[in-house]
Amino acid sequence: MSDQITPEIFEHLVDLAALELDETQAEYLRKQLNNQLKAIHELEAIPIDASLPASLHGVPFEAAQSAAPRADEWKPSPHVKDILSQAPELEDGYIVVPDIPHTTLK
Amino acid sequence: MELCDLSALEMTRLLRNKKASAVEILESCLQRIGQVDGRSSKLDQKTEEADKQHVHSFITVTDDLAFAQAHAVDDALAAGKDPGPLAGVPFSVKDIFCVKDTPSTAASRILANFKAPYTATPVERMQAAGAVMIGKVNLDEFTYGSSTESSAFQPSTRNPWHTGRVPGGSSGGSTASVGANEVPLSLGTDTAGSIRQPAAFCGVVGVKPTYGRVSRYGLIAFASSLDCPGPVARTVSDAAAMLQVIAGADEHDSTAAAVPVSDYMTNLEKGVKGMHIGLSPDYFRITFPDPRTGEFQQQPLPKEIEASVRHAADVLASLGAEIIEDVPMPNTRFGIPAYFVVSRVEAASNLHRYDGVKYGLRTKQPYTDLRQMYKISRNEGFGLQPKLRILMGMYVSAAQYSEQYYQRALRVRTMIRRDFEAAFDPQGKYRLDALLTPTTPTTAFEMDAVYGDSVLMQYADQLTVPANHAGIPGISLPGGLDGEELPIGIQLLGADYTEDKLFRIGRAYEQATAQESWRKVLPRVLR
Repeated sequence: MSDQITPEIFEHLVDLAALELDETQAEYLRKQLNNQLKAIHELEAIPIDASLPASLHGVPFEAAQSAAPRADEWKPSPHVKDILSQAPELEDGYIVVPDIPHTTLK
Repeated sequence: MELCDLSALEMTRLLRNKKASAVEILESCLQRIGQVDGRSSKLDQKTEEADKQHVHSFITVTDDLAFAQAHAVDDALAAGKDPGPLAGVPFSVKDIFCVKDTPSTAASRILANFKAPYTATPVERMQAAGAVMIGKVNLDEFTYGSSTESSAFQPSTRNPWHTGRVPGGSSGGSTASVGANEVPLSLGTDTAGSIRQPAAFCGVVGVKPTYGRVSRYGLIAFASSLDCPGPVARTVSDAAAMLQVIAGADEHDSTAAAVPVSDYMTNLEKGVKGMHIGLSPDYFRITFPDPRTGEFQQQPLPKEIEASVRHAADVLASLGAEIIEDVPMPNTRFGIPAYFVVSRVEAASNLHRYDGVKYGLRTKQPYTDLRQMYKISRNEGFGLQPKLRILMGMYVSAAQYSEQYYQRALRVRTMIRRDFEAAFDPQGKYRLDALLTPTTPTTAFEMDAVYGDSVLMQYADQLTVPANHAGIPGISLPGGLDGEELPIGIQLLGADYTEDKLFRIGRAYEQATAQESWRKVLPRVLR
């Protein structure tokens, strides 16, 4: 079977994933992706009734089993300083980022 | 026998009878860590020959914090106060949980400098129960693996029964630290078997609770619909005592179920008389793709593993359980292919937050704009396994492929869930209290033997992943040793929120086999 994820598709995925890979990494990862897809194709052999619902999780979530939503009230976080101290670049309490590229939508 | 060799409940008894202090217990555990653990795992550190004799469970030993907690327990006892049900019991925490003011790395370079601003609910509950956190233990990077080898912090953890073998994963640091008697308890997570598989490899007890039984607040997410925090222990009683403490609703996690937590300890010794325990032929064979040709093969399990499960069934039958043979679980074999899709989609979504902006690694290399900064930072910060999961997740959830892959995998998940519903249905044909299976298709494999083959590695979870798809609870118990004196794990699976039954069965089996010769054998690092 030929590789389903071609170098062109792979390059597109890498860009979408906001990654930048060297050649050795790219070769390994594309090969592994194609191997995994071969395993995934086993699913296609399963007869599935069109009415079968999808399960986003295993255990059913009944209303009685879920915590009631909190009141929508603003509360100050006790951890502001700790959280901001994790930012790689900070200025006057603001997180600094480089220029944001702009794309003109067609 | 040292204090660190005792079970958690034995430690609490000694403490309450004033025959040992929390500080003495802690010192004993730290001494054991000093004897068997070797140097701590770090970034940019290569494994040397001398490292191969040690266990390397820990990334961070938090001894200052632990001594403060142990002194607090001793002070409380001296003042006549109740310091909690797990007072003075040291425990390790898989480094995928946030613990305030400690490095919380997920075993990844991208979070190597991250100090959590808050503590995960299960850890907080352990500490509130008086347990003493002794450190953070290694894992596969972001939990992505079944051997702990993919950690960015090296040397990665090795198996205390044979340091040339993997401890399993991803909670390999948790199970090795418990198996080497460095701690009696550890907090792990299980997304496809990441507690049960390494528990089997390291000869300890590992519990994957029902999804939602334990809060995920403060757990660095992998696959949010599958992740379950749970206990690792050396005895069923200890595991039950730990789950008792960490289970229950949590206002910080809407998926933590508001279902009352059973009294596990009271029911523990009630035995198995009249219980229905099933065996399924679908758990005695494995289906996997040949690493060279990609063709699917079906093989029976190694004889020693099947024999351990059948022996456990005989033991439970002799205690009054009814063993039901030939329970069909036909969709077991599809657990891994479906998991390849579902877990990758969720992982890709969860990993987008690591971008070098708010926390974690930002590249020191020059960049021209935000997008380039993202790309370079993520490339430097993530190892190969996170990258692989992001790329696959993006592919199978893309608009043009979603129906073919993601939607189909979610329906297969329904089919796997229905296998269990039929087996556990109280009005059904089988009416099982539990399904008894092997935990893993093999015992611990050699270091480096499988790492790099992401497909074969994933199939190590073939017998554990169905429980994650279905959300049901499972427990892995030590069930014997193979010809190389490597532990064999046996697994019990139950209906939603029936952890109490699994503990009862596990405890009955543990007691009935207490005098069997394999139970007298110690892990090699303790001989």
